[in-house]
Amino acid sequence: MTAPTLAIRNLDKRFGGGRTIFGREKPAVHAVQDASLDVPRGETLGIVGESGCGKSTLARMIVGLLPPTGGTIEIEGTDYAKVAGKDPAAFGKVIQYVFQDPISSLNPRKTIRQILEAPLKLLHGMPAARRAERIDEILDAVNLRREFLDRYPHEFSGGQAQRIGVARALAAAPRILVLDEPVSALDVSVQAQVLNLLARLKDEFDLTYLFITHDLAVVEAVADRIAVMYFGRIVELAPAREIFAHPRHHYTALLARSAPTVGRPLSAPEGVDAELPDPLDPPPGCAFAKRCPAATDICRTVRPEFTDHGPGHYAACHHPAR
Amino acid sequence: MTVAEAPVPPAPPRGAAAGAFLKLFARNRLAAAGGILLAVVVLIAIAAPILPLQDPYAQDTSQKFLRPFAEGHLLGTDHLGRDILSRLIWGTQLSLVVGLVASVGAAFFGSVIGIVSGFYGGRVDNLLMRGIDMLMAFPYILLALAIVAALGPGLVNALIAVALVNIPFFARNIRGVTVTLAHKEFVDAARLAGMSNLRIMVSEILPNVLPVIVIAMSTTVGWMILETAGLSFLGLGSQPPVADLGSMLGEGRNALITDPHASIIPGLMIFVIVMSVNLLGDGVRDALDPRLRSGALTRPMARTIVDRDHVPEPPAEPGLLDVQELRTEFRIGSRTLKAVNDVTLTVKPGECLGLIGESGSGKSVTALSIMGLVASPPGVIAAGAVRYSGDEIVGARFSQLRDLRGDRISYIFQDPLSTLHPLYSIGDQIVEAIRSHHDVARAEARQRALELLEAVRIPNAKNRLDDYPHELSGGMRQRVGIAMALVNDPDLIIADEPTTALDVTVQAQILSLLDDLRRERSVAILFITHDFGIIAQLCDRVAVMYAGRIVETGRTPDVLSDPAHPYTRRLIACVPELGEGQRELHAIPGLPPAVDDLPPGCAFATRCDKARDVCRQGEITLDPFTGDRAVRCLFPETETGRVA
Amino acid sequence: MTGYILKRLLSAIPVILGITVIVFIIMSLIPGDPATAILGSYATPENVEKLNRDLGLDRSSIEQYFIWLGNMLQGDFGRSYSLNRPVLDEVLERFGATLILAGTALVLCSLLGVAAGVVSAARQYGLADKAITFVVLIGISIPSFFLGMMMILVFAVTLRWLPVSGMYAIYGGGDLPDLIRHLIMPATALAVVATGVIARLSRSAMLEVLRQDFIRTARAKGVTENRVIWAHALKAAMVSIIPVIGVQAGFVLSGAVYIETVFQWPGVGRMLVTAILTRDILLVQGGVVVVAACYVLFNLAVDVAQSVLDPRVKT
Repeated sequence: MTAPTLAIRNLDKRFGGGRTIFGREKPAVHAVQDASLDVPRGETLGIVGESGCGKSTLARMIVGLLPPTGGTIEIEGTDYAKVAGKDPAAFGKVIQYVFQDPISSLNPRKTIRQILEAPLKLLHGMPAARRAERIDEILDAVNLRREFLDRYPHEFSGGQAQRIGVARALAAAPRILVLDEPVSALDVSVQAQVLNLLARLKDEFDLTYLFITHDLAVVEAVADRIAVMYFGRIVELAPAREIFAHPRHHYTALLARSAPTVGRPLSAPEGVDAELPDPLDPPPGCAFAKRCPAATDICRTVRPEFTDHGPGHYAACHHPAR
Repeated sequence: MTVAEAPVPPAPPRGAAAGAFLKLFARNRLAAAGGILLAVVVLIAIAAPILPLQDPYAQDTSQKFLRPFAEGHLLGTDHLGRDILSRLIWGTQLSLVVGLVASVGAAFFGSVIGIVSGFYGGRVDNLLMRGIDMLMAFPYILLALAIVAALGPGLVNALIAVALVNIPFFARNIRGVTVTLAHKEFVDAARLAGMSNLRIMVSEILPNVLPVIVIAMSTTVGWMILETAGLSFLGLGSQPPVADLGSMLGEGRNALITDPHASIIPGLMIFVIVMSVNLLGDGVRDALDPRLRSGALTRPMARTIVDRDHVPEPPAEPGLLDVQELRTEFRIGSRTLKAVNDVTLTVKPGECLGLIGESGSGKSVTALSIMGLVASPPGVIAAGAVRYSGDEIVGARFSQLRDLRGDRISYIFQDPLSTLHPLYSIGDQIVEAIRSHHDVARAEARQRALELLEAVRIPNAKNRLDDYPHELSGGMRQRVGIAMALVNDPDLIIADEPTTALDVTVQAQILSLLDDLRRERSVAILFITHDFGIIAQLCDRVAVMYAGRIVETGRTPDVLSDPAHPYTRRLIACVPELGEGQRELHAIPGLPPAVDDLPPGCAFATRCDKARDVCRQGEITLDPFTGDRAVRCLFPETETGRVA
Repeated sequence: MTGYILKRLLSAIPVILGITVIVFIIMSLIPGDPATAILGSYATPENVEKLNRDLGLDRSSIEQYFIWLGNMLQGDFGRSYSLNRPVLDEVLERFGATLILAGTALVLCSLLGVAAGVVSAARQYGLADKAITFVVLIGISIPSFFLGMMMILVFAVTLRWLPVSGMYAIYGGGDLPDLIRHLIMPATALAVVATGVIARLSRSAMLEVLRQDFIRTARAKGVTENRVIWAHALKAAMVSIIPVIGVQAGFVLSGAVYIETVFQWPGVGRMLVTAILTRDILLVQGGVVVVAACYVLFNLAVDVAQSVLDPRVKT
């Protein structure tokens, strides 16, 4: 069995903490706790969750922009966790990032050509002629015209700017692409265009995707497997066709019931006091216990383990749904 | 999420940017006047060595204090008989050079500190900013005086003092901008492209910071000329016989009462220089500010300007709210963006009408136009009418409009953090909504506010009345917004994408709450959204907007199961739905049209797969369709089951 | 709230210490033998030796600093050789006069400046706005010392409405109306520039606030336009304006040096200038430290006012 393209084990991130000069402990936020995933080559893994679940922090660690406080990141067999935060360029050659807001992810004072050339120059040391060739290749792949090269980011629509962002990520010829809410800022009709393009590029360049979003319908349409995050932990992981149809974790079930869907009547899926626990004062046991319809005493005291509930279907729950 | 605003027109291509800069600059005639005046002064100062001037140091006490226009001395002489005109010109040269050198010095060192501090953050930032704070803890002149006291009076020392004292101003400003930039995504992207920190600072951050540095310099050059002149005035700057304008003024002060011309002349010169620099600086600032170019810097007035030539006849069967042939435009410079281009819709009492469209479709602007809340300038209601229970609102007096606002027709907006006042408690804000329309005692109003907070299911409402918006979560804040909208028992609520900024589980709660409340209180809702799922769950009827016009209306189940307009059909098809599995999505090719340059005929024709020549000509009207539906299409869909 | 005040007080201490360090470093730049520099024409060998012992001038810099600091904390700021008085006594007496002048000017410029800025913004591009903008532009371009001199020429010499200089009349003065008559011109000349700056900043802060979403919400609620401007917009704008007033206090204090010179006002600014010209180093040191320390405390009060106004500031 070949090594998975991306393997993260027990990835952990704490912000803050330490002590004040008077010796008192400063508050700490445990943004990501104990995250482990294997992503085989050519797969699209979706990561869903709402605000505060830690998905963006996880993404930034995987890509090398944020050093983890614990755990390992293996890309094609090599552990990169040690150089995370210190040498993003090492990551940049194997794994790249597509940002959420297309306009602010492009330097407003650089031309498209300058933006696309940067990774080619710095990561691969390509000579000028070869760079021009490669840029042409990529522009064709994302369906952008040559004359865009000399323009500035503010001259483009959201969808075009996002394609430029994708082009920049591809220019570095990575194996893995992490996409953080790549279509959330786009209009619905343009979303579909970009999603189709991404699917095509994956096949053409033999890529592996990590697709992060809060939109369940979108992730279901593009992902092979989906991981659900809540309060810093991965609470469920299963094939896409199963996870929302037969969720095991009650939070996943809640998500599936909450998304407004044509044909389903409106109902309040849960009571009112449904908020995230305080990140500065996390509860013992399962973080979802306060909102969970199936919670019992053990849920409030003992944190559930991430266990197998069927082929490839994992969940962290003491009383999983049927 | 895409937010509806006055659409910013795309900036012109780069070559024209310099031209636009100059045009804006020249338009500001005062700035141009300042620029010319300064240019004249600078030219004369530069030309000092070659002008036919008397020796500025030649003393002749027998000729002291000659009045201006005396023989051989155009501006008279000073207390030592020296020619004032030549001293003035040489002094101007000195003052200008010193002011400029001090500015450049302060700008350079301050910006380096600011960029390094803002970029690296953490300990480096802390240390540098502590040092800067120490410097800023002094009123500037104390520092300057201390430095001159130590180094001794002299022009160079005064220059050093003034430059040093102004470094914190630049450091703080530039640091602020750098911190914002350092967190922008393109800096992350640059790291991932392999750039080193130094390279990022120079090639990514610096070009974006440069305009701020220029703007900061434009506000301080005049100031530094004043400060160095001031030190010389006190006798601490230029030492005799060298004289800049400040020391001329200082020397003239001793004879202020008897021979004022020796003070007035150098003083006026300083004033002229600083004034022209300030005028120029203002012009530079205005020209560099991108917001000014798009006309977005003016403050909105109390209601949208109305500029229409006629009022349409009232409809045959008035509903609760009737919008007729509404046209709202944004007039920015020479361009006119037709955001709302002939919209007609009706809301009946107690019903929920959904208004759906993508960004740029005009749905938000339509909603805001109803109560005249579109930002004006640049918004203008150019045609049409809005009637509430038969009474026309658009042309009504402001007091009538204000009576309706918040009492009969109220709004719920998208982002409650920015739409609630950050400095008043939520209780106070709801009470204000009541007391703006009803003359009730505060205690009674507070009680009513409490009732509403409980009605929107805020737990522990009594204790939360005095909380501030930032102390609540997003969902709670939006409930407060709903409470505020309901507090006067309105007939109609206009909800502009109220759940777009919320998490999906919170959204479900808010939608369910809205549904319950409207049925309990028989309130009509005009619900703006881009999400068909919400329309399906909440709205009785739906209107679809595209490029500023309504293209289809009808009852929700009819339109969703059997869309008549090709755009509606394709829009429904390209939205992924939960439960349909992994698949390729049906995209709509092309982009929505620019609303300042609409083609004739159907605006969707360029993207429609069944458009014919006749679709691209003339006016396509909104015509009745089967039952109570209407569609704006010459070839509407007639087969059923064409979704996905 | 008291917690916040205490916290700010505590954090002011290192700033004041930092001020003393900076002043010490600057003074150490004086070339030559420090004792001779301080004593100037009083530098007899006995005086020099005594001074060396008192201030530890023959020891290392760090020891010198701590000796000086220790003395200051006990109220001993040294002795002014040119005036033959303890430095602290002279500084405090003169500082009182400066406070009257600068305080009046600050109150004037804050009230006028904010009002002008608000009116200007509320009637953007109207006649009032243009007039105010023009006056403001002149105000920030004219050197305050020149303005003072011109005011003396016009009001004191030509029209004879107001006294030429000084804080009190030499004969028969000393009461409040006398003070006010002497205060009018210098306080006005001092306030002009700061009024202009505050007016400009208030105007742009108001314009910025008036474009915010919560203003639109207020209108949607049916709040009267007057309340929108004065209760909603101004309150939010004050969050940006109050720090500016704090900074302008520093400029007003600085401008006082010039105004005191022009109007012969017996304040600490004029004292400092004279001290520099007569090389009375201890007086300069003492004056700078005292005034700067008071300015730090004033800024602290501004911060506290800010936190009262804005509940988002972490208390």
